[in-house]
Amino acid sequence: MPIILDKVNHIYGQDTGTPLRALNNIDLVIPDGQFIGIIGHTGSGKSTLVQHLNGLMKATSGNIYFNGEDIDDEDFDKKKLRSKVGLVFQYPEHQLFETDVFTDVCFGPKNLGLSQKEIELRAYEALKLVGLDDEYFYQSPFDLSGGQKRRVAIAGVLAMKPQVLVLDEPTAGLDPKGRDEILEQVAKLKKETGITVILVSHSMDDVARYVDRIIVMNKGCILYDDTPRAVFRHYAKLEEIGLAAPQVTYIMRELQAHGYDVSDDVTTIDEAKDEIKRYFAGLVATGKGNR
Amino acid sequence: MGIIKVKDLIFEYIRRDEEGNVEGITTAVDNVSLDVSQGDFVAILGHNGSGKSTLAKHLNAILYPTEGTVWVDGKDTQKDEYIWDIRQTAGMVFQNPDNQIIGQIVEEDVGFGPENMGVPTKEIWERVDESLKAVGMYEFRHYSPNKLSGGQKQRVSIAGVIAMHPKCIILDEPTAMLDPKGRREVIRAVRALNDVERITVILITHYMEEVIYADKVFVMDQGKITLQGTPREVFSKVERLKALRLDVPQVTLLAHELRQEGFPMPEGVLTKEEFRVALDNCVNKLF
Repeated sequence: MPIILDKVNHIYGQDTGTPLRALNNIDLVIPDGQFIGIIGHTGSGKSTLVQHLNGLMKATSGNIYFNGEDIDDEDFDKKKLRSKVGLVFQYPEHQLFETDVFTDVCFGPKNLGLSQKEIELRAYEALKLVGLDDEYFYQSPFDLSGGQKRRVAIAGVLAMKPQVLVLDEPTAGLDPKGRDEILEQVAKLKKETGITVILVSHSMDDVARYVDRIIVMNKGCILYDDTPRAVFRHYAKLEEIGLAAPQVTYIMRELQAHGYDVSDDVTTIDEAKDEIKRYFAGLVATGKGNR
Repeated sequence: MGIIKVKDLIFEYIRRDEEGNVEGITTAVDNVSLDVSQGDFVAILGHNGSGKSTLAKHLNAILYPTEGTVWVDGKDTQKDEYIWDIRQTAGMVFQNPDNQIIGQIVEEDVGFGPENMGVPTKEIWERVDESLKAVGMYEFRHYSPNKLSGGQKQRVSIAGVIAMHPKCIILDEPTAMLDPKGRREVIRAVRALNDVERITVILITHYMEEVIYADKVFVMDQGKITLQGTPREVFSKVERLKALRLDVPQVTLLAHELRQEGFPMPEGVLTKEEFRVALDNCVNKLF
């Protein structure tokens, strides 16, 4: 179920003396099954943008179409939209409230009016999808570690069986392993279920590693919308707007600057390793490292 | 004795169920001893729940030891009469800048600490100006904090701590919520305070790249210090860190992986310049 944004604007405090244009004429097509990363400095409009995708915020002007239907039409069922487009906020663990993990995850599907059996089945599946062990199911969510709490919160959204999963900085504040685990789980989930995943992130390394399309936001506009490799070619511009390229890109540039004939079109550790091996293989083939 | 000394620290908290019955006891900090010298830049790493933040909260008397002793500038944190001295000596900066800023105007916010200490008005303004300059936020002194970016707000929080003239600042994941530029700004400001003002820095973080300039790194696991040393020593142990749910900087990892494929790369490469020199050596050795 594709989402199409047509000239969407959002202005905060339009009736006040200091209106702020957070989204500026956004045109965007999100087809089924993509893994999309949204990057941009704080205040660039990322979070405002994703909150439009499930109708949580209303565009000041412009239209948003979900599966061909305008979500602002009077007869459009917004409740259904919100179960189809699942939004995981920043620090979602702050929204946990039930006495135990399992009941918390049941809350969403319960509101969809499903049978008790279906609700529990979905909660169980969702908790398994995020990789939480059974031993935690009947513990208070507040006794879990940061990474576990976050997984419970994500499971709460997955239990709604969304077709589009939007994660707003899902790894902020987690330890490196926790970051990898959450992202691996999301990538696996994406692969197994084929849902669309939209990842808002401040980590260029993470985005480079997982997504197939990056949208760069700047001052409420879309600055770039392309593959990671193509986007990170603009590293100078990205730095100018408070972002950066992945760290390995800088390593390759350092090598280039000192006469190594390597490409800086590299965004992950594995690519960098292959590129360096290729360079050394070239030295071997020519018989000498005559830089 | 250093500015901060921790001896045999144990901190336990009691878990209770709904009705308030005791369910069990968790030992969050388990027999930790450490000694930090004035002017050091110390980093504490560890996975979520390893006890880092609990340890940090002992360093300015937010929490008190269950067993063992913590001294800040020679003062025992358990003695009530020292509590204000200690909080002034060791200032704390938390993760979320929005939870720490209370003033309507940047300079008012920074002045809040010294004002509560009873510093004369004229000196408060001097301290506010010098603190804002130290973190590079002087030109924003008349702004409303809610017009600032995350990195800028976090630097205002740090200025608010510096205005109290602490000998030591403890930063608990100060960059977790920031974008790359915000992270760079905050880390640069922290390093300048350490280099120029010789303020002792204790930095807790999940970003491995931020600790490569530290004098010493402590790694915590299950409430204990499990690994310590210079950044180079600690980051040489890639597999061990991964087992502790941590990581190494990307450049360190790339060198490590090349080494595993037979390249004569050293462990503990910390910067891209070091990486390039190490690769130069590979070329020389191999050809």
